[in-house]
Amino acid sequence: MTEVLSAHFKAQAAEAIGNATIQESLDRLVNFRQGRVDAVAEYGQERWDALSARARSIKQETLEHLDYYLDQLSRNVERAGGHVFFANDAQEANDYVTGVAKAHGVKTVIKSKSMVSEEMGIAAAMESMDIEAVETDLGEYIIQLAREAPYHIIAPALHKSKEEVSELFQRILGAPAESDITALAGIARQTLREKFLQADMGMTGANFGVAETGAIVMVTNEGNGRMCSSLPRVHVATMGMERVIPRLRDVATYLPLLTRSATGQRISSYVSIVNGPRRRDEEDGPQEFHLVILNNGRSRMLADPELREALYCIRCGACLNACPVYGKVGGHAYGWVYPGPIGAVVTPSLVGVPRAKDLPFASTLCGACRDVCPLKIDIPRMLLKLRSDAVEGPADVRVPRRVESLMMHAWRRMVASPRLFSLAGKAASAVQAPLSRKGALRWLPLPLSGWTRTRDFPRAAMRPFRARWRNDEGRDGR
Amino acid sequence: MARKRVSLFVTCLVDQFYPEVGEATVRLLRRLGVDVDFPADQTCCGQVALNGGYRSHAVAVARRFVEVFRGSEAVVAPSGSCVATILAHYGHLLRDYPELAEDVAALQARTYELSQYVVDVLGVDDLGARLSSPTTATYHDCCHALRELGVAAQPRKLLSAVNGLALAEMKDAAACCGFGGSFAVKFADISTAILDEKLRNVDATGADVLTAVDSSCLMHLGGALRRRGSRARPMHLAELLCLGMEDAKL
Repeated sequence: MTEVLSAHFKAQAAEAIGNATIQESLDRLVNFRQGRVDAVAEYGQERWDALSARARSIKQETLEHLDYYLDQLSRNVERAGGHVFFANDAQEANDYVTGVAKAHGVKTVIKSKSMVSEEMGIAAAMESMDIEAVETDLGEYIIQLAREAPYHIIAPALHKSKEEVSELFQRILGAPAESDITALAGIARQTLREKFLQADMGMTGANFGVAETGAIVMVTNEGNGRMCSSLPRVHVATMGMERVIPRLRDVATYLPLLTRSATGQRISSYVSIVNGPRRRDEEDGPQEFHLVILNNGRSRMLADPELREALYCIRCGACLNACPVYGKVGGHAYGWVYPGPIGAVVTPSLVGVPRAKDLPFASTLCGACRDVCPLKIDIPRMLLKLRSDAVEGPADVRVPRRVESLMMHAWRRMVASPRLFSLAGKAASAVQAPLSRKGALRWLPLPLSGWTRTRDFPRAAMRPFRARWRNDEGRDGR
Repeated sequence: MARKRVSLFVTCLVDQFYPEVGEATVRLLRRLGVDVDFPADQTCCGQVALNGGYRSHAVAVARRFVEVFRGSEAVVAPSGSCVATILAHYGHLLRDYPELAEDVAALQARTYELSQYVVDVLGVDDLGARLSSPTTATYHDCCHALRELGVAAQPRKLLSAVNGLALAEMKDAAACCGFGGSFAVKFADISTAILDEKLRNVDATGADVLTAVDSSCLMHLGGALRRRGSRARPMHLAELLCLGMEDAKL
């Protein structure tokens, strides 16, 4: 599995905030945001909401009977001549995929973009067996050369300027310096074309797995997914177990939600529906098709009624674009595969709260993510649930925070008694008196010092409202 | 028609830090002919605990809140965030107390943020207010008021109707200010980065007053405006409207 670096969230966030190039690239998220707004407006808000409601109810029904639909998907993949492997964790998935590669004497694998394969860390597993695995999505290719994790669910190299890409291509590919984006893409295309022709195995993700037909659906803009699934002898697709949809016609529900939310496109440049390997009467296509369906903690989320909804996610990335926190700290701060608001829910849910203890708290709970989510996933509510797990959950989930806990106990006693509450206010005002200037404090000790580094803090009122209140109807209340 | 009566939920923050916002709320409601009472046992809605992950504390405080406001005809608060806690969260916080379900539902059905109550319940868009010194104000959409209560048009209607007040919309008025309760302290760098962008948009309007429906967001924004010596001063919607009503001698 890809290494979890979420414990270093704060340091990683600070680094991004201090990096001008990264801040500039994050400012470009506005284009995604505007694209989505325009695309939803064009579709019509009412129609959009209806589509969204239908997508939710299909997901709800599918997840309630997930065993049934996964079984149906698996039988139909096999009926079409493919193989299915249910992987409990990333290790099992990697072992299976590398096993397939070994059995076929594979030397080169071409990959199209897949978050699940990132989660597995398959590229590293391949590398350790001397198999070359090449990313063929342009953004993924760039970050693979830079040996970095994807920065954004749909724009993995969002944080790279064209100058940085040119530098990377010069250093690693020996390419000439280029400042034109089309020319840079041309360099990548030339290098990748050789890989396409030479590869013995192709790996893709699957945006949807269709239970009734056994087909997988891939949504791409570069056509590389279609190359990876049709050129090499063997095609291995990976998908999270929640990505199954009951019927082929359900694609018509999810596709517009996905592309319009992700990039503002009516439809992506390519939508590929792949149903098993090459048939006897067909000239093209792989000889073998494998579908790897990954659990890796998803069944725990499924079993938790307060987290299950996170499995509705279709990975459009709209919540990242809308999030004020992601907009400042970027993708690498989150320290694993899934960044942004959905990452702050999925990462602790899959790898455990203690390994990602900051993520549920690293949100203002502003709700912008829920507003733009095409599945209306209540991300803030799930962050609250994960926060309460971190604070009050069972011993193996809880993250100790002694001082805060003592403060909160005192707070609870205080707000249970208006008398204590008033006294505490008076005490605070008195304590603050020597520290304040013109009714505000410029410095507070830990744990509040973070506030006063950049903001004044108000002094508690000498006479709180409850002392000023007089019950004189019809007058001013003064 | 019988006079309307509301119970003021002043909120813990306004009570202890911004009592003048509570006073303005009372004066505004009374000038509109509404009787206001103040259940003296009230303290906090529990949001502090809920957002911190201290769910069991939040449950205890929510139970208490339901008791305190049980007899109220309507509950009005000068805060979108606290009202949103009651409307969006009391249901799940108190789900283990089925005996309270009816009280919770009844409370939720008659609890309002101030501008919501004035515009949607009283049907008043124009307070007849007038500011004696011409003022430019910009309105910040507080996240919970906007996204959990749908409060956006109400405060703008009331502000637009004030004579002598020009409403200058800022870019991205609906973007978060970076407060988020303890977030602002635990993740001070991130909070400040979000705040910087917000304040650039406030400054660009050239407004004299930054107004909003939540004292918490204004505490955050105002604390930074003050630290930077910016032009705009923070003013809760209730204070700004009340000032206009007093200037107009209503």
